[in-house]
Amino acid sequence: MHKRVPDVVNAVKPEDYTMEAEERGPEDLSEVESEYKKSLLGVGYDPDGEERSGSFLQLDHSVLCSTAVQEGIEVLDSSEALKKYSWLSDYFWRAVPADKDIYTKEVAAKQTGGYFVRAAPGVKSIFPLQACLFIGKERLSQNVHNIVIVEEGAELHIITGCSTAQDVRSAMHLGVSEFYVKKGATLTYTMIHNWAPEVVVRPRSGIIVDEGGTYINNYILMKPVKDVQMYPVTYCGKNARTMTQTIIHASQDSKIDIGSKVVLEGENSRAELISRSIATDQADVTARGSIVGSAPGVKGHLECIGLMLSNTARIYSVPELEATVEDAQLSHEAAVGRISEEAIAYLTARGLSEDEAAGAIVRGFLNVDIKGLPPALGAEVRKMIRMSADAL
Amino acid sequence: MLEIENLNLEVDGRPVLKGLDLIIEKGECHVLLGPNGSGKTSLLLGILGFPRYRVTGGRIVFNGEDITNLTTAERVKLGIGIAFQNPPVIRGIRLGEMVNLCRGDKSGDISDETRILAKELHFTEEFLERDVNAGFSGGEIKRSEILQLMAQNPDFVMLDEPDSGVDIENMELVGGMISKLLHRRERPSRRTASGLIITHLATITDYVDVDWAHVMLGGRIGCSGNPDQIIRQVTEGGYEKCIKECQMS
Repeated sequence: MHKRVPDVVNAVKPEDYTMEAEERGPEDLSEVESEYKKSLLGVGYDPDGEERSGSFLQLDHSVLCSTAVQEGIEVLDSSEALKKYSWLSDYFWRAVPADKDIYTKEVAAKQTGGYFVRAAPGVKSIFPLQACLFIGKERLSQNVHNIVIVEEGAELHIITGCSTAQDVRSAMHLGVSEFYVKKGATLTYTMIHNWAPEVVVRPRSGIIVDEGGTYINNYILMKPVKDVQMYPVTYCGKNARTMTQTIIHASQDSKIDIGSKVVLEGENSRAELISRSIATDQADVTARGSIVGSAPGVKGHLECIGLMLSNTARIYSVPELEATVEDAQLSHEAAVGRISEEAIAYLTARGLSEDEAAGAIVRGFLNVDIKGLPPALGAEVRKMIRMSADAL
Repeated sequence: MLEIENLNLEVDGRPVLKGLDLIIEKGECHVLLGPNGSGKTSLLLGILGFPRYRVTGGRIVFNGEDITNLTTAERVKLGIGIAFQNPPVIRGIRLGEMVNLCRGDKSGDISDETRILAKELHFTEEFLERDVNAGFSGGEIKRSEILQLMAQNPDFVMLDEPDSGVDIENMELVGGMISKLLHRRERPSRRTASGLIITHLATITDYVDVDWAHVMLGGRIGCSGNPDQIIRQVTEGGYEKCIKECQMS
């Protein structure tokens, strides 16, 4: 029986959630960090801040921590930053239109925090910067607006985790993120989502990559969630490069509609989008990917692979390519299916039981070779993926 | 070591082996010749116990134990190993991890033993980081399969066309390693491992000394005997003629 694509986009209204939350301040930081340590670590946020170039932690609507360790890197509450720097208003709502949908409108009208991160020209971050947006109150609507600016020739690595307290079941997270990668700069952005089964998540992101810039995005979602819908758009200038890797394990009744779009509008710009989804139980995954080539010499490749682990789940894979110039090379590869019997048999011939073999293949499927990250960060991301996969 | 009695085997409901008998003693190495579709690979996968290869009659006895109804993993634990001809790509599992697995080591960190073995087969450390069989050349597949077997160290080794698509340089290396796996360089009385090698053109016998040769046709073994004689007959007159001559004498 064919199932209808659920429209998760506009199904949930912000007014069904509450804006009210207890105000906390920097004085509560250590208490909050120790209370939620496990959840924070689960999304890559290390309260000890070791091997990090800076930290940002927000609980509900309160920013508890915004610090940078490395010179030339600044981390602030984005509303505070807007008061401090008048020029910053030019960066608000440029990569994401404020009137895009009901969720961006909600954030525009009732912003509650979010981070501002800027790397000064030529500054190269040694360690990743960590940011965490945490929900501790039931039925809360968290409406953040994040701005990241990587100035000319700079290099910045951000790990961002979003999670909820263990006793929170239901909440709404609206996150507008606008990233500006300037000429010759590099931004890697690794996002780990770890929500509760009744949390509704609507990130709205826009990324502008200037000439010769590089943007690398890794997205990891391993735990059940009510629904997540996002479709970040990246605009690539001349010789700019973008790469996104999305790893999703959808279980229980999760409804996930995730994809990304890259507009190659600068000459010789490049994009590579890789998406791996596993669907089990009654989960519903829509994996989208779209590359638009509108300038000469552009190249893009899209890989969208889904693994079905149950008869009641669904994976809907939507790869899209659009060229508006003669000299664009765009390609895609999409496949959805179950675990290959041949692969299982091969592993049993090496002594694994069928269950062990299936487990090893699933773990392997999620074990995407994360490219473009500094070795230490790459190892850490792989460790997180392995930990999540081992917990399946 | 291995006794196959009157084996009937179906693949996806289609009969492929029709009353096959074969005995391989401890320390012996046998080659199996035969045209495409004669059932050679099915015999190997049947011995290994792959679910698609269903025994409908007869039995397989390994070291005195009837293994006909055991799972593949159970048979492997008893000491049966195989080098596949066309193994599948396993995404996300590195060759080094796979070699660890063959030794029963389930950790993700590639062990020193694995690195030492890999060096013997002329693999670089970087090669161990590659996904199993992803983009491997013909020669690399053969060497990788033998590397996995060396880590597993089975008593009974099956090799499906280890000599197809391999250049001379790799052939010498592969042949040398197979000889080592099968204790061919030991005195016969000291050999404890046995082997069954499928080969089309018998090239492997230039590199590995073998005790017996069999010719397979239509799901049965039609002829068995001295490898030099049988290989000569097959190369001169073909499989069917060899079987006819064999049955007349």
